[in-house]
Amino acid sequence: MITIEKLSKRYGATTVVDGVSMEIARNSLTVIVGTSGSGKSTLLRMVNRLVEPSSGRVLIEGRDTREEPAHLLRRRIGYAIQGHGLFPHRTVAENIATVPRLLGWDDARIRARVAELLRAFQLDPALYAGQFPHQLSGGQQQRVGVARALAAEPAVLLMDEPFGALDPIIRAKAQEDLLEVRQRFGTTIVLVTHDMDEAFRLGDHVAVMSEGRVLQYDRPAALLTQPADPFVSRMTGMADRALRLLALIPAGEAAAPGADGGPEVVSTATLRDVLSELVWRGVDSVRVVDPDGRPRGRLTVAAILARGRP
Amino acid sequence: MKLDRLGALLTAAGALALLTLPFVVFKANRIVPGDPRTLLQVLPAWAALGCYALLLAVAASALVADDARIRLLAALAGVVVVALAAAAAGNALTPPGNKVVRIAPGAAWWVLLIALGLLATDAATRLRPPPALRVLFLVVCVAVAWLALAHGTFDHLSIMREYAVNAARFAHEAARHVSLAAGSLGAALAAGLPLGILCHRVPRLRGATLGVLNVIQTVPAIALFGILMAPLGLLAAAVPLAAALGVRGIGAAPAAVALFLYSLLPIVANTVAGLKRVSHAAVEAAHGMGMTNAQVLRRIELPLALPVILTGVRVVLVQNIGMVTIAALIGGGGLGTFVFQGIGQTAIDLVLLGAIPIVVLAFSAAVLLDALVEVMDHTRR
Repeated sequence: MITIEKLSKRYGATTVVDGVSMEIARNSLTVIVGTSGSGKSTLLRMVNRLVEPSSGRVLIEGRDTREEPAHLLRRRIGYAIQGHGLFPHRTVAENIATVPRLLGWDDARIRARVAELLRAFQLDPALYAGQFPHQLSGGQQQRVGVARALAAEPAVLLMDEPFGALDPIIRAKAQEDLLEVRQRFGTTIVLVTHDMDEAFRLGDHVAVMSEGRVLQYDRPAALLTQPADPFVSRMTGMADRALRLLALIPAGEAAAPGADGGPEVVSTATLRDVLSELVWRGVDSVRVVDPDGRPRGRLTVAAILARGRP
Repeated sequence: MKLDRLGALLTAAGALALLTLPFVVFKANRIVPGDPRTLLQVLPAWAALGCYALLLAVAASALVADDARIRLLAALAGVVVVALAAAAAGNALTPPGNKVVRIAPGAAWWVLLIALGLLATDAATRLRPPPALRVLFLVVCVAVAWLALAHGTFDHLSIMREYAVNAARFAHEAARHVSLAAGSLGAALAAGLPLGILCHRVPRLRGATLGVLNVIQTVPAIALFGILMAPLGLLAAAVPLAAALGVRGIGAAPAAVALFLYSLLPIVANTVAGLKRVSHAAVEAAHGMGMTNAQVLRRIELPLALPVILTGVRVVLVQNIGMVTIAALIGGGGLGTFVFQGIGQTAIDLVLLGAIPIVVLAFSAAVLLDALVEVMDHTRR
């Protein structure tokens, strides 16, 4: 639904983004990953025209983004950034209501939407709606930042290093929340990060950028098994690529029929987690069960190892 | 019990002044040198000793009291005692019906007032009252002083004698003083805010603009009046409309223009600093969510920069209230008129008639705007 065609951005003699073309499917979560200076943020900011492209174009649902004034385009696209960018002089509710107000929603609809979003992000509206950003913890601020980006029910959400300022534990929680939000609202998400772990954890598709070019744009597993470029291999990490690959596969998907002994693992755990469990317990196989307790089959060390190579 | 250091210092100063310096000065007329009198010489013994006893009590609380509220109340009570004692001395020394003698507060009176004022300020600072309470306190103090003046409590003191002679002009010059100070502030805001915003947006403009305004700030006020005399005089001569509007080489016009120029630097510099302080992420997010440039400025940048801009307004207002005084030299009017007349006639009471209201005005403006800045900063963090 988002089509990027030969998009370039040049500042004088410097080319920051160099002829990037991508198709981003509806309801997908696409992660653009790259080192700093790779042009990933500029690419993202050209989608909502915070940066105007030097050449090329962006289509959303087949419509050229240049057909309407930039500020009207941006009101239809969610935007969340590192350090949340909440307005310090506005309450949590006012912050979330920003875009709905710009769009002229009536008060009742805005109130209902704010309450719905706060609940979706595990913030009690009665408690938090009237608070100011500085009264919240870092994790809560970040959640309000994402809630604000989703307020006007945008079909597309752009996120620029949204979890960059969070500590590891809150960051993991925020990533889980994002996957849930995506399930719940069916939003197409494009996320920029420099963190390959984050890219693998979140992305259906990952685009690896370097020096303004997209080196490879593929499913995460393919980046590991068929790297298009030595730089992609370096980014994904050679030393633990087998484990990264295992971390992409849920136990339920790899389980083979059978029900013999061994400890129980839940089917949503990744093969990497299961392998760790096997090593830790000194056993050769586990039983895989669904979260609701239904048996899904068994997994052996050999079966897991077989999945960890191309 | 611990001895308060500031209290000890102020008590020593007050006691020394009371013992060695005149409490009031008796002058047969406004020009001749005065005749010093102590409190005991002018008031009945019981009243004078009562005053001493009350001041002793104030001193005791200044020395040992820990509670800032007690210290504040004691200092204020001391101010009232000292003021009433001077008023009583004026009444006692003035022969009935005589309008020529001048009873002026003496050196001891001023030392006591300053010591008590410092004591009160120190106590108020320790209390850290919220902004609204500070403003209320100021209003009450001004109202009490106003009522006492209106009631005629101090009518026999020299400054009020000067006031009685100049009453009609006083109101006019005070109004002129305030309107010159506030008017030039208003003009500086109208020009300085857009200029500050522009300087924030266009970094190349910033250095040049602030540089020019800095240079203007270093020109002495009198020199600036002089510099403006010629062009404004020419303007008035060439453009009849300008002359009709009151623009002339001397008078209020050059004063207003000079004050406006002095006001620009704090307004522009603080607008730039305030906008710079606004979180970059907030501005970026505002643009990213589809606010237009004007909306970002009005809804995000200006509200967040407001406390810093208001600090600039405070500087300008206090500075202007003081500087308008000099406008009297070029016929600009204002309370400075009395100051310079008084200097010319070596009539110190007339100088004080101009100077004291200026100090009160500047102090009140500072308290009011400080309170406003604090309120803004608190809710708009």
